[in-house]
Amino acid sequence: MTFRAEHLLGIEHLSPADITTLLDLADQYAEHNRQGRAHRDVLEGLTQINMFFENSTRTQASFEIAGKRLGADVMNMAMQASSVKKGETLIDTALTLNAMRPDLLVVRHPHSGAVDLLAQKVNCAVLNAGDGRHEHPTQALLDALTIRRHHDRLHRLSIAICGDIAHSRVARSNILLLGKMENRVRLVGPPTLMPSGVQDFGVEVFHDMKEGLKDVDVVMMLRLQKERMDGGFIPSEREYFHRYGLDAEKLACAKDDAIVMHPGPMNRGVEIDGTIADDINRSVIQEQVEMGVAVRMAAMDLLARNLRARRGAKAAGVMV
Amino acid sequence: MKTLIENARLIDPEAGTETPGAVLIDKGRIADVITGDPGGIDADRVDAGGACLAPGIVDIGVKVSEPGERHKESFASAGRAAVAGGVTTIVTRPDTVPAIDTPETLEFVERRASADAPVNVLPMAALTKGREGKEMTEIGFLLDAGAVAFSDADRVVTDTKVFSRALTYARSLDALVIAHVQEPRLSEGAAVTSGKFASLRGLPGVSPMAERMGLDRDIALLEMTGAAYHADQITTSRALPALERAKRNGLNITAGVGVHHLTLNELDVADYRSFFKLKPPLRAEEDRLAVVEAVGSGLIDIISSMHTPQDEESKRLPYEEAASGAVALETLLPAALRLVHAGALSLPQLFRALSLNPARRLGLDCGRLTKGAPADLVLFDPDASLKLDRFKLLSKSKNTPFDGAILQGKVLGTWVGGQKVTADA
Repeated sequence: MTFRAEHLLGIEHLSPADITTLLDLADQYAEHNRQGRAHRDVLEGLTQINMFFENSTRTQASFEIAGKRLGADVMNMAMQASSVKKGETLIDTALTLNAMRPDLLVVRHPHSGAVDLLAQKVNCAVLNAGDGRHEHPTQALLDALTIRRHHDRLHRLSIAICGDIAHSRVARSNILLLGKMENRVRLVGPPTLMPSGVQDFGVEVFHDMKEGLKDVDVVMMLRLQKERMDGGFIPSEREYFHRYGLDAEKLACAKDDAIVMHPGPMNRGVEIDGTIADDINRSVIQEQVEMGVAVRMAAMDLLARNLRARRGAKAAGVMV
Repeated sequence: MKTLIENARLIDPEAGTETPGAVLIDKGRIADVITGDPGGIDADRVDAGGACLAPGIVDIGVKVSEPGERHKESFASAGRAAVAGGVTTIVTRPDTVPAIDTPETLEFVERRASADAPVNVLPMAALTKGREGKEMTEIGFLLDAGAVAFSDADRVVTDTKVFSRALTYARSLDALVIAHVQEPRLSEGAAVTSGKFASLRGLPGVSPMAERMGLDRDIALLEMTGAAYHADQITTSRALPALERAKRNGLNITAGVGVHHLTLNELDVADYRSFFKLKPPLRAEEDRLAVVEAVGSGLIDIISSMHTPQDEESKRLPYEEAASGAVALETLLPAALRLVHAGALSLPQLFRALSLNPARRLGLDCGRLTKGAPADLVLFDPDASLKLDRFKLLSKSKNTPFDGAILQGKVLGTWVGGQKVTADA
């Protein structure tokens, strides 16, 4: 067991060994979930608070189910309707919650770095469920697990990440994770949706989708936010679908056994053709959702072990 | 009674020299500059112990948060910080609440400053009413009331017609206009400089090109109007060729840079450290090096602190929401001395940018270590090292990016108008 992290704030801080540890455990949980086995002792007696400062249905549900399967007392706080609206600062909110002595804090926030800031102020394990355009580590881990289960490895694969890279925390976490595990990462999309400094990322950049998908093992599509569709970043929805939407013709450029992924929620007919999304031979989109629960169980399990070890050591008066 | 500061290393930015000697002070002015041993002179003697004596710093662009936000910085606290930092003249910014845009508010500033601050305080006034970029202020009345320059601080007058008229009017009164160079539509919402670091942190970035575009526009308007103009902060290499051409073409233009952009780069932001959030944002290392070189060559004329006090609440926020700016009156000299210790600048070159050039640009008599000049002086040990503890700063606000950093350079004494001033309340 090498995983010693206190929080899961981003992929940036994880080593390849950490990632493998997380994925191995998640793999076990995925099997157990399919068998209907519960592990209510793992997080028994621990309190998990989900703080979502930004709307999310699926990620919040996934964390909630993961926590409950492991026996945690799970509480959801709808931060949009709370005192934040009354002008309370993030740090005050954090300190208030901290005083209630939670053990696991799952946080999503619209500003990059906000979860890091919060983690500095609390005494529990913090899981980043997405901060601004920065990171979304559990998404990258569930993507990695899905890829590993299909290709039986997570190295030396060619993976195309397509669409709105600039505004995507999913893309950032995936670029970091897949790079750490020694894969070839390609970014495909219009130049207006590429992040600045992309030439220094250690990835290949393509503006032509067919070229970008040539012989890849994995096609990872990203969601295009509605507010970016009109004029500002791309000329129109239909031109975007024509040039960067995943359809059968473009997918034919990838390897025959290439899988199609999407973090959801999908815009059918914008970034992905509905028939591809539903093609059970290519699309692993539903499996990604399934792996999401397993990965979050693994992450909370490992963080809770470290939390208990720290608390035990503190009680015994030794440093860890 | 005369005062003699002897056994000093005299830093003369005009002559570009560094010589052992003494300075004789009489009636608030430098009565004599003596190289070597002064011999028997009837005066109060101060033994400098071999430390450096230079003309006091003239700091253009200091934000004192009076009126409006006195809890962040008052004239008393800014004055004490200035004394501790060897700053003998602070030129205040008009971006207060309300803005300094009428002779009446300007007089308030002067009255408060003269009552509370032990150093010279010269106020700038806003160029447009409320710094809104719509109507010019009463430039004539404000000049009469003592404004030394006109600026909307960090706001750009985007309406070129308004700006060109203000420049034309200012020209007729020989008033200096200080502008923030930036294309605001391009930099809107930006928290850091665009590039790999910005993208990995997921923070909205602005291209360095926005600074050049702002400068290019202003240079065109200077060609049209002939006004006296100072660009507050040039922080990118891309803006330098345009500045150089404008100077070569004889436009009445000078440029400044804040000390943080000379000593820090974008990577110092690290894990969202909001004390490093500045406006403009910290730049790439190659930009920092280019700007340091431009100070050495004289292309960039002035180094200032861009002292911007912010309370803890405005900084303890997610990076994008946190306020910009850093306090620097006390750290200006030790931070700038990093450039001397790194071999990028000589001490006379540094004081040309800290004291001589800003004084000249504002038409002041100080900033020189010459017989007849006002005895505004700073005595400092350039080598003494200190680990900075931000809570020991005399500024009311403690938002310095140098907290915990080792700084080399300690101010031993500050004289304003021949009087030794102290930072005691």
